[in-house]
Order: sequence, then structure tokens, then C-alpha cells
Amino acid sequence: MYWFKKEQFHFYHETTSGVFGLFDTPEEILSAAHKTREKNYTGFDCLTPFPVHGLDEAMALPRSGIPWISFFMGIIGCAFGFSFQYLVHSVDWVINFSGKSPNAWPAYIPVTFEATVFFAGMSAVVSLYVLSRSNVAFRKPLHPEITSHRFALWIPSSSQNFKQEEVVNFIKSLGAKDVTVVK
Amino acid sequence: MSMTTLVKEKLGIVPLVEGGKTYKQVTEEILKPTDTFPTSLWWKAFILAVTVTIVDLGIIGYLCYDGLYILGVNNPVGWGFFIVNFVFWIGIGHAGTLISAVLFLFRQGWRTGINRAAEAMTIFAVLTAATTLIIHIGRPWLGFWLFPYPNNRGPLWVNFRSPLIWDTFAVSTYLSISLVFWYIGLVPDIAALRDRTTHKVKKAIYSAMSLGWVGSNRAWSHYEIVCMLLAALSTPLVLSVHTIVSFDFAVSILPGWHTTILPPYFVAGAIFSGFAMVVTLMVIAREVFNLKQYITLKHLENMNKIIMVTGLMVGYAYGSEFFIAWYSGNEYEGFTFVNRAFGPYAWAYWIMISCNVLSPQVFWFESLRKNIKVMFVVSIFVNIGMWFERFVIVMTTHRDFLPSNWALYVPTFYDFAMLIGTFGIFFTLFLLFCRILPIIAIAEVKTVMPHKEGAHH
Repeated sequence: MYWFKKEQFHFYHETTSGVFGLFDTPEEILSAAHKTREKNYTGFDCLTPFPVHGLDEAMALPRSGIPWISFFMGIIGCAFGFSFQYLVHSVDWVINFSGKSPNAWPAYIPVTFEATVFFAGMSAVVSLYVLSRSNVAFRKPLHPEITSHRFALWIPSSSQNFKQEEVVNFIKSLGAKDVTVVK
Repeated sequence: MSMTTLVKEKLGIVPLVEGGKTYKQVTEEILKPTDTFPTSLWWKAFILAVTVTIVDLGIIGYLCYDGLYILGVNNPVGWGFFIVNFVFWIGIGHAGTLISAVLFLFRQGWRTGINRAAEAMTIFAVLTAATTLIIHIGRPWLGFWLFPYPNNRGPLWVNFRSPLIWDTFAVSTYLSISLVFWYIGLVPDIAALRDRTTHKVKKAIYSAMSLGWVGSNRAWSHYEIVCMLLAALSTPLVLSVHTIVSFDFAVSILPGWHTTILPPYFVAGAIFSGFAMVVTLMVIAREVFNLKQYITLKHLENMNKIIMVTGLMVGYAYGSEFFIAWYSGNEYEGFTFVNRAFGPYAWAYWIMISCNVLSPQVFWFESLRKNIKVMFVVSIFVNIGMWFERFVIVMTTHRDFLPSNWALYVPTFYDFAMLIGTFGIFFTLFLLFCRILPIIAIAEVKTVMPHKEGAHH
């Protein structure tokens, strides 16, 4: 059955303890990510100034599950918008407008549509906020140049087969310019 | 971006960012205006815009104190300049969403250079439109009555069958979705600002605004999907907004307004006027902020093509409207249209036709499409023409079913002052935006920059 999986709601992990190396081009980080995965390091992350195509596959990240949230919230918004108007005009506040039926439903379509879009759009944004852990605003970035022109490969100390020296040498062997240990 | 550099060169496809820049240069050049002290040109423009806004606020205060009679509204023309301004500004907003959403879905790489500024323009235009909407209700302090909320006045709700309530919902949904779409796009760029600045206070403000963005691919992966979702939701939303604005007219039973062509006609007109405004603003911005290598002639040429196409659509709508008025055999409908083109407001009608239908025809020629002066002048003409289009639609109800009731709409000083005031509000917000935030989406521009041969894309 076509249904969502839990892994689709992957989220950002804080970079508190581990090793990172900096690369200069998107091509380098892409091949670095491929090789890191082949080495069976888990929970690693790539930090980039812009979305690099192919990096999701390289990191084996499944497609985001946010569309599912958005879809169901859209349905809820649609039902809410329609039923609200129905309850107002047919139950709570029945008024005769030039002899028309109290439940003149075609007139409810515009507001129902807007409610659908509002619920679907806002729920997508809230999900992004939660999954990228945006509630921690004063997070210290690994390196100030990552948001401008450098690409970082992060291997956390919680990864399997993590041995600090090995990891440092491994990242160096991938061609990273600076390799830093974060504790 | 499936084409390699070699193929692009062979086909003569120009890069979207000129000058062979590095990523670092892109960040620095686009963020430069946010670091430096504003130029005297900016200060002059800003002081002018703020002065106009303050005067406008004073007039709005006077309007609240004294009432709507200070305007030119009279019995046959119950909707005056406020509705003209409202429809005009909402229309301006549509280009921003079109660039950020529709062109996103069509994978048009060139949108990245202009989408940030266009989206900002959308938000400020919708806010400006909302101010005219709120003051036109006469008792603006009761504006919240437009929303259904539980109250102590018995079971008392808004009338959901009224297009004015649809409008309330459409405009507020549009504003909120555009706002979050714009802000999500800004987050990575604000993070770049945060990591660049050494000023303590600035750093704190940018940190709070950047929502802790560090560029993790786990977040980017969701981020890109959310952008796509918002684009897919905004596309029908933007069509619905101007459709519903046109329902304000079309659902009435007045000749000249009660026509089925109004929704597509309004949507085309909105995109038309919005692109003209983007061209006006971008021609100035690329000059003032030295961004000619990011907002290239190719961007401007593409926008001019859209202006020409939508201009032709609007022209077709004008013709079709006239034809149907005659073909329907309805004498009231026929009279309204003859009155529009040859009655007391004929001057406004012909300004509309010459600005909207004739002036964009110069864009048939490539040399004129790429000529900065020509496109600037045409974009101003189109804005004037589109304001007059709404003027013609609203004012030509001045001859209704009862000839003894006929009168002209004579705008007063306050009508004109508040029209100028809307520009004050818009430009105050836009100038502030240009100083504080990057006017080009840095992260997005980097994705369309030329990459090395053999890159994975």
C-alpha cells in the first residue's frame, strides 16, 4: 500500500560532538557523502549553503513525508471550512435571503477552498519548523562559511564504527581542506 | 539543469548569473547593501516615501473623524477610488506569486534572480490593498466584523454568501501564505547574514530571525519539498484571489459587471500589471544596488515577453466584452459599453486602451525588449493603464437605470491624496526591505549558477 513511513520524517540532529571537514564544491561533498555511506558511518550529515541535487540519494534520505501532513490537513481544512459555513447558515443563524435555500452550498465553495489551502500550507510550514528544529534559534553554526560558500561533512561521535582518528583521516582522504573535531 | 555547459554554449544560452562568479562573491555582492550605510539617494527616496505615508495617515485619521463624505462617492457611483486602488494593488501583488510559484512549477531557472524582490512586492502590495479595503468600510475600527468569530450579539455570523466575505478570506489566506513562502525563502539567506556579521546586536537579531538555520541537508530535504508544496498551493490560490476580487463585481447584477469573462480577465490583468511593476522596480534596483550581473537583460526580456502576452490577453478581453455586449442583444449591457467608450469617461477608456493594448506591442521587437529605457517607459504606461482599467470598471456605473439619478464621479482632493498615499506606504516598506534584507535569493541563485563539466545534476 502507498502509505507514509516513519523514516520520511527524518529531522535535524544537533552537531554537538563529532568531526567535520570542509569542502569547496558541491561535487566534492556529493562524492564524499557517497563514500561516507559506503564506509557505513551512520547519522552523518552534510551542511551546505544551498540544496545540492543528489545529496538526498547519497545520504540515503527518503523523500520528505511533509506532503502527507499537508494532504491530511488540507482535507481537515476543507471539511472545517464547509461545515462551519453549513452550521452558520443552516443551524445557528438561519436567515431567509430572497427565498433561497438556507443551505445554498455552491456559495460556500470559495471559502472552503481558501480554508483548504490555508490549512495545507500552514501545516507544511509548521512541519518544516518542527523537523528542522527551528525552535532553537541561537544555535552555534559549525563554521561561518557554510552558509556562504563551503560544504561540510559531519560525522557524529554517536555513529557506528566511530573512532576519532580514523574518522579524521577518512575525511582528510576525501579531500577536505579543514578537518575539525567538535567536543 | 540537465544541459551541460558545452551544450548551452553551442545553443547560445546565456548563463543566468554573468561574470563567472564564485559562490563567495555572490554572497558578498548581494549582501553588500545590508552592510553599508545607505546612500543619499536611498535617504532622499525614503524620506519622500515616509512623508507621503505620514500625510496619508493624517488624512486617514481625518477620514475616520469626519466620514466618507469627504470623498467623491455619490449615489450611482458608490465605490470610489478606494476600490480602484484596492483592485490595482491586489493585482500588482499577483506577479510575485506567479514568479515564485508558477515559474517554480515550470522549472524556470531565471525566476531565482527576481523572485525575492517580486515576493516582497507581493506582500507589500497586498498590505497596501488591505489598508484601502479597511478604510473604505467607513468605520475601520469595526473592520474585525468581517471575520466570523463567536460573539455576544446572539447567534450573529457573517454572510458567507457574500462575495465581500469571500474576498476577506481570499485576501487574508493569500497574505499569510505569501508571507510564509517569502520568509521560508529568506531563512537561509538570513543565516548567511548572521554568519557574516560581526556586529553583536545585528547578530542577535539575525540569529533570532534565521530560526537556527545551519544548512543541514536533513533540513534542506524537507525545505525543498515544502517550497514545492507552497508553490503548488499558491498557484490555484493566486488564481482564486483575483477571481474572487472579480466576483465582487461579477456577482452583482449590474450591466457591465455581471459577466462571466471577469475572472479570467481580472487574473490576466493582474499578472500584466504585476509584471510591469516588477520591471519598474528591478530596472531601478539593479542600477542602484549594482546587481546587473544577477538581474540580467535576459531576466528583463523574459518579463517583457510575459507583459506582451498578458497585454494581448487583456486586449482580447476588452474586445470580447464589447462583442458580447452587442451579441447578447441586451440593451442595458450594450448601452453600458457604448457609454464606456464614448460617454463622459471616454478619455479614461482610451487611456486604458492605449496604455494596455498598444504600448506593450513594442515588445514584438527584440531590440526594444532589451532596451532599458523603452521597457521602463512601457512598464510605467502599463501601470497607469491598469489603474485606469479599474477606474473605468468602477466609475462607469455613473449612468444607472434611472436617468434622473445620473451623475459623474468627481474625485476630491482627498481621493487623490490617498491614491498617492498608497504609493507612499508601498515604497516605504519596499525601501526598508531593500536595506535590511537581501533582495536576491542567494541560496536559490547559487543553484542555477554554471557548474563544472560533469557535475551531477
